[in-house]
Amino acid sequence: MTKEALLEVRDLSVSFRTEDGLVRAVGGVSFCIRKGEVLGVLGESGSGKSVTMMSVLRLIRDPNAIFAGEVLYKGRDLMRLPEQRMREVRGAEIAMIFQDPMTSLTPVYRVGWQIAEQIRAHQSISPNEARRSAIELLGAVGIPNPTARVDDYPHQFSGGMRQRVLIAMALSCNPDLLIADEPTTALDVTIQAQILELIMRLKDDFGSAVVMITHDMGVLAEIADRMVVMYGGRIVEEGTREEVFYDPQHPYTWGLLGSIARLDRPKPQRLTAIQGAPPSLLHLPPGCAFAPRCPQRFSRCEARPPLHDKLGTGHLDACFLEPEAKRTRRAVGIADPGLAPS
Amino acid sequence: MSGVDGDALLSLERVRKYFSTSSRRLLRRPTSHVQAVDDVSLDVRRGETLGLVGESGCGKSTLAACIVGLHELTSGRILFEGTQISGLSRRRLRPFRRQVQMIFQDPYASLNPRKRVGTLVGDPLRIHGVGNEREIRARVHDLLSLVGLSPEHFNRFPHEFSGGQRQRIGVARALALSPKLVVADEPVSALDVSIQAQVINLLDDLQDELELTYVFIAHDLGVVRHVSDRIAVMYLGRIVELAPAEALYAGPVHPYTEALLSAVPIPDPELSARRERIVLQGDVPSPIDPPSGCRFHPRCRYATEICTRETPALLEHGSGRLAACHHPLDRGVVAARASGGARL
Amino acid sequence: MTVFLVRRLVWTAFVLFAITVLTFLIFFATPGIDPAAAMAGRNTDPATVESIRRDFGLDRPLPVQYTMMMKRMFVDRDLVSYTNRGVQVLPQIKAAAPVTLSVVLGAAVIWLLLSTLIGIAAATFRGTVIDPLLMALGLVALSTPVFWLGEVVNLLTQSRFHDSLLFSWVPALGYTPLTEDPLLWFRHLIIPWIVLAVGFIGLYSRVLRSSLLEVQNEDFVRTARAKGLSERRVMVRHVLRMSLISFVSLFGLDFGALVGGGAVLVEVVFGLPGVGSLIFRSASGLDLPVVMATVIYAAFFIVLANAVVDVVYALLDPRIRLGRTQTA
Repeated sequence: MTKEALLEVRDLSVSFRTEDGLVRAVGGVSFCIRKGEVLGVLGESGSGKSVTMMSVLRLIRDPNAIFAGEVLYKGRDLMRLPEQRMREVRGAEIAMIFQDPMTSLTPVYRVGWQIAEQIRAHQSISPNEARRSAIELLGAVGIPNPTARVDDYPHQFSGGMRQRVLIAMALSCNPDLLIADEPTTALDVTIQAQILELIMRLKDDFGSAVVMITHDMGVLAEIADRMVVMYGGRIVEEGTREEVFYDPQHPYTWGLLGSIARLDRPKPQRLTAIQGAPPSLLHLPPGCAFAPRCPQRFSRCEARPPLHDKLGTGHLDACFLEPEAKRTRRAVGIADPGLAPS
Repeated sequence: MSGVDGDALLSLERVRKYFSTSSRRLLRRPTSHVQAVDDVSLDVRRGETLGLVGESGCGKSTLAACIVGLHELTSGRILFEGTQISGLSRRRLRPFRRQVQMIFQDPYASLNPRKRVGTLVGDPLRIHGVGNEREIRARVHDLLSLVGLSPEHFNRFPHEFSGGQRQRIGVARALALSPKLVVADEPVSALDVSIQAQVINLLDDLQDELELTYVFIAHDLGVVRHVSDRIAVMYLGRIVELAPAEALYAGPVHPYTEALLSAVPIPDPELSARRERIVLQGDVPSPIDPPSGCRFHPRCRYATEICTRETPALLEHGSGRLAACHHPLDRGVVAARASGGARL
Repeated sequence: MTVFLVRRLVWTAFVLFAITVLTFLIFFATPGIDPAAAMAGRNTDPATVESIRRDFGLDRPLPVQYTMMMKRMFVDRDLVSYTNRGVQVLPQIKAAAPVTLSVVLGAAVIWLLLSTLIGIAAATFRGTVIDPLLMALGLVALSTPVFWLGEVVNLLTQSRFHDSLLFSWVPALGYTPLTEDPLLWFRHLIIPWIVLAVGFIGLYSRVLRSSLLEVQNEDFVRTARAKGLSERRVMVRHVLRMSLISFVSLFGLDFGALVGGGAVLVEVVFGLPGVGSLIFRSASGLDLPVVMATVIYAAFFIVLANAVVDVVYALLDPRIRLGRTQTA
């Protein structure tokens, strides 16, 4: 995992001016995505995970949004690219798919047309060639009888099939990076399994890196190479999948792992819920955003912890506790592998 | 959770609910029926939590609405404590309405934004004419503290609360009339993971404290397993498997249950890499024109010719497990089927 | 699609029939309204009234009267006015219809063009001063009464400043058919067009703006942007295309109502002998056959517009055209 960085986000902040004051959705996040890897971005609603990735593609068009920081892609800072150049990146080099496949396609155009529209926005080929590519792509994402379905409208497809169409569209220009924002959240589990399998297969075929934004730890356990955990607009933990699942460093990550009703463990008497609710982005605590809900908090938590590498392994976390203290305080059974029922 | 062998609090007998989809005025097309719930029979035992799982369109929410009397049945009947409650007039249904309450999925949509919390929680009492204003007020205060809200929330509006707190308000409202049975339709699926656990724990505590019986509907199999004593798996309007929770997860009998379980992502990288994954092909067919025989057969990897012809009956497969399958996964069961396999 | 059209057609015929019956009942069967007495005029002796009643068949049972009137209107086509005896009704409408059509068509072109431009501009410049400015102007335009605006314009162009260089080209009030003198036709109509269009520009630009803003928040617009399309293409091909669906139906209904006589105020103010003027005159003179004929004419256009809107709606939106039940 020492491949070169494809995209590097440096100290990205996103705020929104509102009537009630400044809402700081993302408060200075830095991370990088390497070629061909799957980076999981984990967080709950309001954690800033979607806003971060939408900002990378400059898809947030709210006139009240304020951006700061750099997004370096192939040596260029996307934040400072003229809109014309940015458009050439969007959809061609970095593609994005979204949560709700039911509403993400324009209802009045045939799906083939919509795929061809994207291809023709980036390549100068004839409508016929674009259509042929669309059919090929629909076949590649597992839509039966693509030659006929290419002329169907979105409402003639089921949710899972529409997400396949959107994936076909996203991959139509061979992007280096595919950002998937909760692509399976609106789908049933069996369909989710199909879509995840598809993304993983195509990632290899197309050689794209993938950013998977999700609130579901199970999804990341399955497909992520590295993970970033976000809370209150900041990264609280970053590491390889194994590090985050088997040696989680941040109490918020512990809380998440404890909150899920897991199928792979004997049923606990109670779930270890995280108390309280996620912070309002309007009134974030000055120190650690998780401190008000954290059972481990102590005096230092009133200051903001930096994202640091206390273990010296590249496994970062933003918590003042020492690694030894964490090992003892972490609830037993949260992290250790191999505790599965026989 | 409490005893599993209680008597039946609620019984469904061959319940059917079809919706007709007749089209526009004039020159109407032939009417077709959505077979939302088709021939479902089950008992909900006193004090247990019965989980109801299945994918969208499997009829679990329709079944819930039938139980609380929001839908009239197409056929079949529902008994509550031995008394038939399906087909009763509104007036005669009223005493039973108090006994059966519902918690809804979306805490944002199910609370009237113009009403204060105190009014929202007290409304069921007012509607059923229980007590005077002062008594209602006292009862609402009790209910609020019961669900972990403070009495000072009495005069606030729903929008001042977070999603988790709103769901607590929904729970308080459902409990206002001291029901015996609570039907919870996806009560946590709109909430963040860290909040889900709070609400699940709350429902757990309330069950012990108030001796409640739950019908718990969810698509999240982890959540259902955690809360349920027994679980019914639905597919296209029918129950395909009904078993004690642990037995179901340890060894599913129906191939659909097996596939459903294997599709759930497990938050453990190594385990998830090791286990065998069954990825079902295709989508759930339309309930307007469901497949013949076993409704799962077009997506089933064990399906044979018989599955396309004959509807399998829900049969006992040992240790309280019922499944409707011609090729059940538990091999030890074949003998039992041969001996007692009278088909309906 | 054929089934859809046939169904529409049957329904339209039924609605038209119902409207004729209803209008007939309102004017002929309402207690207190006696067409014969109205025709005879005030202070006539009962014998005269009776003879009129007999002449016009008003003593016959209502269904017979209805059938007679419909027969004279549609089959014999010789229905005559009550007040101007001997003057046939249908030629009057035939003469008035092109006038109204000229007025409404011209106004429609103006208001569609301008409101689309203003609506898009307002939506595009949202968050700047341009948007609220345009919308305030729209509100003013929307709330300006047509007859007032018409009179003011008349005052300016016909009397006060008629001799100034600015308005000397304006002809006297009235109408010249397009076939006679296209230039004069245009000079007669350009001011009524603008006056009629003003209110609609206000309404339509506001409707379009809010629809555009609503559609802009849809998920598919986000997808379109993520595809790397130009902002212009996103706006025109995706946002505007979806807004068009509601916009077109609104337009169809307004257009039908105007052609059916809704432009009455503009016609009266500018002395244009259109259907609106005809309705105005016949209704104030209780000239029932003319009222009846114009109502049917108006209803026909409104119903027709409805039908056209439904068809266009289906053309614009495949979800309606192809039904929503199909999945795969």
